[in-house]
Amino acid sequence: MFTIIHKRQLSESVFEMGVQAPAIARKAKAGQFLMLRVDENGERIPLTFSDWSAEEGWIRFIFMRVGKTTHKLSHFEVGDALVDVVGPLGVPTHVDGLGRVAVVGGGVGAAVAYPVARAMVAAGNEVTVILGARNDDLLILEDEFKALPLTELIVCTDDGSAGRKDLVTAPLKELSAAGVLDHAMAIGPVIMMKFCAATTKEFDVPTTVSLNPIMVDGTGMCGACRVTVGGETKFGCVDGPDFDGHLVDFEELMSRQRVYVDDERLADAEYSRECSCHK
Amino acid sequence: MPQVDAPGGEKPRHKPSRGPRVAMPERPAAERARDFDEVNLGYTQEQAKAEADRCLQCKNPTCIEGCPVNIDIKSFIRHIIDAEYAEGVAVLKERNALPAVCGRVCPQEEQCEAACVLGKKGQPVAIGRLERWLGDFDLACELGERCEPEVGADTGLRVAVVGSGPAGLACAGELRRFGHGVTVFESLHALGGVLTYGIPEFRLPKAIVQAEIEMLGIMGVEFVTDVVVGATYTVDELLTEQGYDAVFVGNGAGLPVFLGISGENLNGVYSANEFLTRVNLMRGYEFPKADTPVWRGHKVAVIGGGNVAMDSARTAKRLGAEDVFLVYRRSEEEMPARKEEVHHAREEGIEFKMLCSPSRIEGHDGWVTGLVATRMELGEPDESGRRAPVCVLDSEFTIDCDTVIVAVGTRANPLLTKTTPDLELTRRGYIMADEQGATSKPGVFAGGDIVTGSATVILAMGAGKRAAQAIDEWLVTRSQ
Repeated sequence: MFTIIHKRQLSESVFEMGVQAPAIARKAKAGQFLMLRVDENGERIPLTFSDWSAEEGWIRFIFMRVGKTTHKLSHFEVGDALVDVVGPLGVPTHVDGLGRVAVVGGGVGAAVAYPVARAMVAAGNEVTVILGARNDDLLILEDEFKALPLTELIVCTDDGSAGRKDLVTAPLKELSAAGVLDHAMAIGPVIMMKFCAATTKEFDVPTTVSLNPIMVDGTGMCGACRVTVGGETKFGCVDGPDFDGHLVDFEELMSRQRVYVDDERLADAEYSRECSCHK
Repeated sequence: MPQVDAPGGEKPRHKPSRGPRVAMPERPAAERARDFDEVNLGYTQEQAKAEADRCLQCKNPTCIEGCPVNIDIKSFIRHIIDAEYAEGVAVLKERNALPAVCGRVCPQEEQCEAACVLGKKGQPVAIGRLERWLGDFDLACELGERCEPEVGADTGLRVAVVGSGPAGLACAGELRRFGHGVTVFESLHALGGVLTYGIPEFRLPKAIVQAEIEMLGIMGVEFVTDVVVGATYTVDELLTEQGYDAVFVGNGAGLPVFLGISGENLNGVYSANEFLTRVNLMRGYEFPKADTPVWRGHKVAVIGGGNVAMDSARTAKRLGAEDVFLVYRRSEEEMPARKEEVHHAREEGIEFKMLCSPSRIEGHDGWVTGLVATRMELGEPDESGRRAPVCVLDSEFTIDCDTVIVAVGTRANPLLTKTTPDLELTRRGYIMADEQGATSKPGVFAGGDIVTGSATVILAMGAGKRAAQAIDEWLVTRSQ
């Protein structure tokens, strides 16, 4: 069992959670993920680390309440325990010797962008972070990013309620066009990563994306997470989750993420009905 | 626990019955193809006795050599004849920690039963069914009455076993007999490896697997789930800071192989591993009570001819598919699946499409709509001794389906090996190990599918047991 030692609501449907997991915390690196199961009937879901402390033996992740599992998870409180947490899984994000980097974190993707930007800064790169959300309420971790020694922090919202009224691709394009980028990294909704990759491709800025395909075991066993990269099938869990954004077949990934949409809706609806604590 | 008496000796000579082989009672196909309960019901005590009575109790029992772990088959059958069931169980457990499992899933027809003298002229003794019967007899006993193999005096040495599948469990049980401390690390949340995530409930009930594992726990084996060796700990960390004196790697052949044909990433295409894991480990058939969904196809094409293909096809049927096709590029004769599984699959209405080689998967809107295959004919035997299939020109046809399950094998999982640089690997990424399981790295032993590639439960168990022996010798030599 993995005891929850931290919980913070970041927006209406986004939560940050910390669990005691010393063995995993010791090994976690930026860009890696964990698999968790909330209870004995639970499914295994991948979540990327948003933070960890090897010394204090905890790990953190941020999730959005979208289906039954994350809905259940949102009801867990400090002191409760998750039945299973496994990790760290996946290949860590490559952070060494990149030079001038733009890290784009869109929506909940900011949760992953944070440790990635931190690690890139620590590795001596010049890092600009582009943080995007639909509106101010959905913007997360702004203070944490501000605390990092970044070259620049650019905030964008779709409605202009915070920062620039722009999509993240706008500042990314400006930086790419200005020739001040050696590398870009995009983390967020697939559609956002697709457009970020399209933006940087025009200027030949190498771009990494952190993918979030459906997984069952997370250790290479099931192959549910296969993605086409440069015409080759790769496994998101053991070959990724980071891939060359200019080579990923995003259309296929978006289609594959929709496999269980109807099932998930059904399960969540049923759970909501049963669940007395549901607002 | 009664002691096993010395075999042979004072017992009166057994007079074999000459009766026919007792059939395995099984549930009717129409009934069982709708649920996940076990297909084979197991012998009754009378049936077990009648079958055991057929045994000739040969002076030179060839069946024992046919068994990969050399169970004293003659002796356990004699105990059934003499109604000394607990003693019979003890004989099994001498060699095999999981008799109720092996009695169900071993390919006895190619092993012990193939070596039975009775099989030369007629039907061999149903050794597997008798093993299962004794295994079940043991599991039906109260915990205190169950056969508990003797554990050796504590040596103070500790061995880490990676993987709780057949190889790891067999190795762990054997190491306890030598008195070594054993911790088994499992990457998933449930123990049993392929016995749990792979083989379906209707062939191997999970309660049986758990009960057998429970006994290993009573013998003092410590089990830790949710640890991926290669990620959470490396092999080197197990040997240093974690304080283990040796490591056995039995993490299985992990990654599913796909065919590399177009359309394989369409929605509705599963690896057999994913499909079976969703159903068996995650209990997808109970969705939405259990949270993990599984896509329930109406028309399902399963590609492959092994036991995993049979399991996938029969599982799809149980999830409610109207039509399930088994697509195999050779003929039924060449299928590596057990005859019994093939027979059961047919009875349950699986449609066999033999000599068909899949060439692409067609789809619409991201979802599978059909599997295009080419007809094959058998040519000259290839290096495996099987006649190689050759394409028939212009014979392409489409199987309408909304689901395709690819069951054509696995390849080595790199998670552990790539973090253990001094472990020598084969060209295909499997761990190089000698007959006893010793690898290129001192103190590290390996066995099962991660050494041999996909094989059977009992071969993995045999490898685990042999490695335990080698580990014991290595530990003893080192401490001298």
